[in-house]
Amino acid sequence: MELANLYQSINLIIPEIVLSIALIVLVIADLIFHTNKKIIPFIAGTGILVTAIFVINQFNYIGFAFSTATHTARSFGMLAVDSFGVFFKLIVIVSSFIIVLLSLASDEIQKTTDRIGEYYALIYGMILGMFFMITATDLILIYLSLELLSLSSYVLAGFTKLRDRNSEASLKYLLYGAVSSGLMLFGISLVYGLTGSTNLYIINTLIQNPHINLFTLSFATILIFAGIGYKISSAPFHFWTPDVYEGAPITITAFLSVASKAAGFALLIRFVKTVFVSYETNEGFWSLIEVFDWQSILVVISILTMTLGNFSALWQNNLKRMLAYSSIAHAGYMLLGLVVLSNQGLIAILIYFMIYLLMNLGAFLVVMLIANKINSEEIDDYNGLGFTSPLLSVSLAIFLISLTGLPPTAGFIGKLYLFIALVDAKMIAVAIIALLNSVVSLYYYVRVLKHMYLVKATASTPSIIPSTSNAILLLVLVVPVLIFGVYFQPLVEFAKDCIVILGI
Amino acid sequence: MLSIPIEYYLILSAFMFIVGVTGVLIRRNAIVVFMCIELMLNAANLSLVAFSSYHGNPVGQIFVFFVMTVAAAEATVGLAIIIAIFRNKLTVNVDEINIFKW
Repeated sequence: MELANLYQSINLIIPEIVLSIALIVLVIADLIFHTNKKIIPFIAGTGILVTAIFVINQFNYIGFAFSTATHTARSFGMLAVDSFGVFFKLIVIVSSFIIVLLSLASDEIQKTTDRIGEYYALIYGMILGMFFMITATDLILIYLSLELLSLSSYVLAGFTKLRDRNSEASLKYLLYGAVSSGLMLFGISLVYGLTGSTNLYIINTLIQNPHINLFTLSFATILIFAGIGYKISSAPFHFWTPDVYEGAPITITAFLSVASKAAGFALLIRFVKTVFVSYETNEGFWSLIEVFDWQSILVVISILTMTLGNFSALWQNNLKRMLAYSSIAHAGYMLLGLVVLSNQGLIAILIYFMIYLLMNLGAFLVVMLIANKINSEEIDDYNGLGFTSPLLSVSLAIFLISLTGLPPTAGFIGKLYLFIALVDAKMIAVAIIALLNSVVSLYYYVRVLKHMYLVKATASTPSIIPSTSNAILLLVLVVPVLIFGVYFQPLVEFAKDCIVILGI
Repeated sequence: MLSIPIEYYLILSAFMFIVGVTGVLIRRNAIVVFMCIELMLNAANLSLVAFSSYHGNPVGQIFVFFVMTVAAAEATVGLAIIIAIFRNKLTVNVDEINIFKW
């Protein structure tokens, strides 16, 4: 590697560098201000905002960082900085900023004030892992970033270790996570054995060779999908999701359900696009290398994921656990955007993610504010809340309707674009199955509304009025969900600008 | 000089991997499950170095260094979590760690 290349590469990873510096500052500040830790969340928030500026700036920089391999007169790096990656980094950074605000409002986290420095440091570890996952184009870096994200989140899932359900969530997360990353690593070693390279672009050119051992390649990629599928909690690697989401502190649940899933999707889409797609047609459809029928496997996985998620959510009594199953179902919907293997599907996924961020974080915020007061997430305890706590209940209703995908909320727009992409790819049957799934999901979302509005409030029903700052945060999430339901053109335009994945 | 063919390494690695996966599926002690996961990682390591020598490029060997580091970090976090759960429940049997059910 030449020095000029190194210098240029450093320009491309400035957000990651800023994030690492902020992490070090955070750890040092935790040592200096050990008597009064009120300043720690502000340092964490500022670090995220500064990083966000550099991420937005990255729209102007496009290229490969740390070129290690030269192949057919072009060099491919370990990291690809492109608008697709910047989009997902923005999703991650926005949701982490909201998570910092959520943590300030959470009683659960505020009780652990003496360890609050570790909490934010680990969140930074997660963000750093996700950033590298989003941009990685080398199997070594993919594995390392996945582990960086996983190790930080294992600890955070059991962060408030006083309750045994926290440590149980943490242990289950760890066992499932370690097994699937072990499977993934074995798959990576087989791919390396077949091709002699760990760079995705070189693997792409080498597996177009017709003499490649098809069985080993399919087996290896299925193993790699185990690792990625675990991160996006797609079937059949979703078993950890409900337990971890229910047991972990609610801020971490919200973070896992949005940011960690976004990073997993970014990795999956980049992996499929760079390894298995040989060229892009003029209409924006991706042509797969014909070694193995990936498309039908993805169709089966996505249908299985959304059906399992929706039907298991039907009989949940804990709202946090129900939202966990609903997030599995949403992963299934978003996989549909990848199934069609076209730029239009990719645009639909990006639109869906922007909306999913708002509505899912919003739903978790309401659940957290209510849990702060009544210390419970059981749906039965929500009886009559619609009459005593109007602001929270109306917001929760809007978020749940949006999660179902009914107009006039933003969730409808997200689903609409997914279905249009499916119909354009002539996958009518899949679209109908997805539509029926949405109908099923209506039942369990509306059940919460029934408990809030159709059961009369009793004298013991608490009246929950959020503090001004929490109310503002809530409105910041509610209002866009309503606005983007009718005025969605900016989202679509932005998504269309963000579909460049650096290819060969 | 007669060298050992790569198939031998791969068969050993596949065997270790299968032992690891089987152990994860049938053993109920969290620490033993964890040891089986380490076995899976080491199986992957073995095939990585074997392939590295077969292809004659060092990428696989470098990868193994990283994997070893990650495995050590994972063991640290894992044992810490197992201790936390042992303090709460006085057991490390994964069948008895069952607050959550669907």
